[in-house]
Amino acid sequence: MNKRSSIVSNLDWISVLLYLILVSIGWINIYAAVYNDAHQSIFDLSQNYGKQLMWIGVSILIAIIILIIDSNFFRLFAYPIYAFMLLVLISVIFLGKEVNGAKAWIQIGSFSLQASEFGKFATALALSKFLSSGKRNLSTLKDLFQSFLIIFLPAVIILLQKDTGSAMVYSVFILTLYREGLSGNWLIIAFFAALFFILALLINTLYIIATIILIIALIYWRWKAVRRYKMILLAIIIASSAYITSVDFAVNHILEPHQRIRVQVLLGLKQDIYGAGYNVNQSKIAIGSGGLSGKGFLNGTQTKFDFVPEQSTDFIFCTIGEEWGFLGASFLILVFLSLFYRLLFLAERQRTEFSKIYGYSVAGILFFHFAINISMTIGLFPIVGIPLPFISYGGSSLMSFTILLFIFLKQDAQRFDTI
Amino acid sequence: MYHKDKFTNRRYTLLGIFTIVALILLIRLAYLQLYDDSYLLSAENNVVRKEIIFPNRGLIYDRNDSLLVYNDAIYDLMVIPRNIHTLDTLRFCRLLHITRDDFQKKIKKAKKYSTYKASVFLAQLTKDEYAYIQEELFKYPGFFVRQRALRKYTAPIASHILGYIGEVNEREIKKSSYYKPGDFIGKSGLERRYEKLLRGKRGIHYSLVDVHNREQGSYQEGKYDTLAVQGHTLQLTLDKSLQAYGELLMQNKIGSITAIEPSTGEILALISSPSYDPNLLVGRIRSKNYKALSRDSLRPLINRAVSGYYPPGSTFKLLQAAIGLQEKTITPATSFTCQGPNSVPIKCTHFHKSPLRLDEAIQQSCNSYFWKVFKSILDNRHSYANTREAYSRWLQYVYGFGLGHRFNTDIPFEKKGNIPGPAYFDKIYGKGHWNALTVRSISIGQGEILVTPLQLANMAAVIANKGFYYPPHFLRKIDHKPDTNFRGKIYSGIAPENFEPVLKGMREVFESEHGTARWYKIPGLSVGGKTGTVQNPHGEDHSIFVAIAPLENPKIAISVIVENAGFGSTWAAPIATLMIEKYLQDSITRRPLQKRIIEGNLLNRMKKK
Ligand SMILES: [Zn+2]
Repeated sequence: MNKRSSIVSNLDWISVLLYLILVSIGWINIYAAVYNDAHQSIFDLSQNYGKQLMWIGVSILIAIIILIIDSNFFRLFAYPIYAFMLLVLISVIFLGKEVNGAKAWIQIGSFSLQASEFGKFATALALSKFLSSGKRNLSTLKDLFQSFLIIFLPAVIILLQKDTGSAMVYSVFILTLYREGLSGNWLIIAFFAALFFILALLINTLYIIATIILIIALIYWRWKAVRRYKMILLAIIIASSAYITSVDFAVNHILEPHQRIRVQVLLGLKQDIYGAGYNVNQSKIAIGSGGLSGKGFLNGTQTKFDFVPEQSTDFIFCTIGEEWGFLGASFLILVFLSLFYRLLFLAERQRTEFSKIYGYSVAGILFFHFAINISMTIGLFPIVGIPLPFISYGGSSLMSFTILLFIFLKQDAQRFDTI
Repeated sequence: MYHKDKFTNRRYTLLGIFTIVALILLIRLAYLQLYDDSYLLSAENNVVRKEIIFPNRGLIYDRNDSLLVYNDAIYDLMVIPRNIHTLDTLRFCRLLHITRDDFQKKIKKAKKYSTYKASVFLAQLTKDEYAYIQEELFKYPGFFVRQRALRKYTAPIASHILGYIGEVNEREIKKSSYYKPGDFIGKSGLERRYEKLLRGKRGIHYSLVDVHNREQGSYQEGKYDTLAVQGHTLQLTLDKSLQAYGELLMQNKIGSITAIEPSTGEILALISSPSYDPNLLVGRIRSKNYKALSRDSLRPLINRAVSGYYPPGSTFKLLQAAIGLQEKTITPATSFTCQGPNSVPIKCTHFHKSPLRLDEAIQQSCNSYFWKVFKSILDNRHSYANTREAYSRWLQYVYGFGLGHRFNTDIPFEKKGNIPGPAYFDKIYGKGHWNALTVRSISIGQGEILVTPLQLANMAAVIANKGFYYPPHFLRKIDHKPDTNFRGKIYSGIAPENFEPVLKGMREVFESEHGTARWYKIPGLSVGGKTGTVQNPHGEDHSIFVAIAPLENPKIAISVIVENAGFGSTWAAPIATLMIEKYLQDSITRRPLQKRIIEGNLLNRMKKK
């Protein structure tokens, strides 16, 4: 009795409220995206909004179950859960159902679940468990290597399922590692590696290398303090030039033609058969036409036609941008930002390493999805097809994000139960 | 114990990253939604309309590059219910010549499909109807016209071969991801067989339309447009004028004509009568006409030339002769006696001299002679242990003439006929309990043996080629380049010299004073032929004729079957010779004969039964 009431009073209701706001925004816009005059019952299971209503119910039920389960459960079973999810991911490669070219779905009755969605919280659990047990030091090669192993094992399996977008999500754990002591240089290197990778494919490599040399020379000339590190500056030039050339070489000479096209499509250099370029443009038109206050609920014209693909899943932000305008879209961004702030705040007040690290992972995963998904709908990032957390249509993603979040909220609610 | 770790301050870096990214997104949104009004313009004042450009189907020509099938534009009036504003229903109905009720019904149907996707409001308007509506259409936002193409035929011929096109049904859409509702697909005949070659490739055109639904130009300079590609041009093996002539000769008769070029297997003409005008199965009138045709008791939709089953009758004797020679159970000089109507076990209905030689037997179509040939083949105990084995060998030769199986080329609705195997007789009479006598009716092409007129013509082609054939087919060229399919020679297993006596007999059918087709000689042309008459339980006998011409260098092998026409020599033989004359000499000298055939009406004979 006492325990139940302590959960209710200790639960972070601000996070729960933000969660509920996001889920509601999601459902309303899924309804708008697939709305037509013919189907009007909101419980219509033949329509996405009807199904989503059911998934919301299931997710809330899952959230309640997680809040009732002992908080130690997830810490104690972090590795078995992780191992189990790896097995599921591997088996999907062989037994899974193919949807849009990715073999990542398990068929259960008339519903399909995307296995890779559930790999995220399992990996977050395993990484938290690993980093919180014993005295780990991420500046030692051994601990660093083991951490990377935990992160990239599921990512590689998901890549084998040909689901590049979902695999990319795992790179966000670098933020968690950074918080836990990974050298900040890694963050900078990762940033530049990604930047150069994209640049190498977009622009002639010689221009990039020339620019790098120019910038370094400028720094050297203007910044006298730097002059002591001649060798380091030289090393940077050589390393980045070598990296850029090898990316260029790998893409143009080592990759098979169809793989190369995948990369180019990913970067928006080539149009794929579904016309990725066309989609982005339509998506931008839909959002751009929203103006300041939008066209109003159910009044979007661009998203009503089949101009914008995957309207209720990956491109749900289009409907929001078109029908609610800049005000609605920025409200959504601010709600997300509030949730991220809140999660960082909660993470820092944890009393165990495990729950703190897990909290950072939750925030990181949600942030990555948020940033990439919105970026691709407004033309800042190539289309990779990952959902907007709590908003996009889809049972797998809603359930997995709910599990991810509520495991943390449960840890937080019991932070005073010292072990 | 909870304690601050030494990296606590790093949370500010993370906070910073989150904030900066969110800011970037907000700035980008502000740019798109507040600053850059090009997107506003393109979405609010103009709506992008996605238009499917339907490709023209491939044209179809005859072997002399004379056009058979082409396309004719029609127009569908489309509607997007959501875009309808300020509709003066009364005026609109008057414009379209429809009633108010019709209008309500159609709108309801369109709305049921989708309020924001285009659907057909009024299908297949003609060019004139379209021209009339077009000028007013801009007053009715929500409506627009989509151009499509229907098939047109330059002559009312070859409907059984060409087939027709129609809108795809659900099953066809499910089967192939290419098709979308409203697409046309080949439903039968060569239109169906060569659908993939003929259909072409759809294009997409994105255009900007204003609130009045008027096109404002292409979207993004056509960056996302794809061009429609016309289907391939096909050249058929058919000779258009020969086909037309054959259909004329066969009018008011039931039956078929099949003509093949022996040196290639190309089908020159394939006529099934009664026929119908292919233009009847086009567009809006199709379903009504189809219903009427399918109810016609003469069954004009059936292609008798490839799916009608007939006993080959006496024409089968040609094949018996060649097999007997090949098996060496007879020689060209072998003579047999004939007792005319008193012959056993098969009566001979023809009055002629006795005994007689092989070529004479062909010329006179002597039943007794070929019964004895058949018996000699099955009773050949030098080469075969029993009847069954001998029959099996005989069967191989028959198959070698293209009988008993499909050619599996590109002939629509082709059937395989029926040549009973030894297993069939085992079942009926018991294994080891049947012999030449039991299956004697086969010797003269009666009994269980059934062939299609196409197979009969091919059999004549084998004789013309002295031992082989190319599988009969319709496709000659794709885009003016010769098609390379169906070019494999198939051998019958009978040596060329064994056809000489057969050809001699066939020549005598025309040239001997007793020949069964002696009245139909074509001046200046050497023709070989064979009559056949097969009993028909439903009325008068069917008249059959096969022929080859010119004998020195055969250019045409032909089979003619006229149902309920009596003796082969009265109807089938003259029709065959007129066809040959038309094809080889292009003009008919025997006008009275032609007149008799064209005016002959045999349809009432069937109803008499
Ligand atoms: Zn006789």
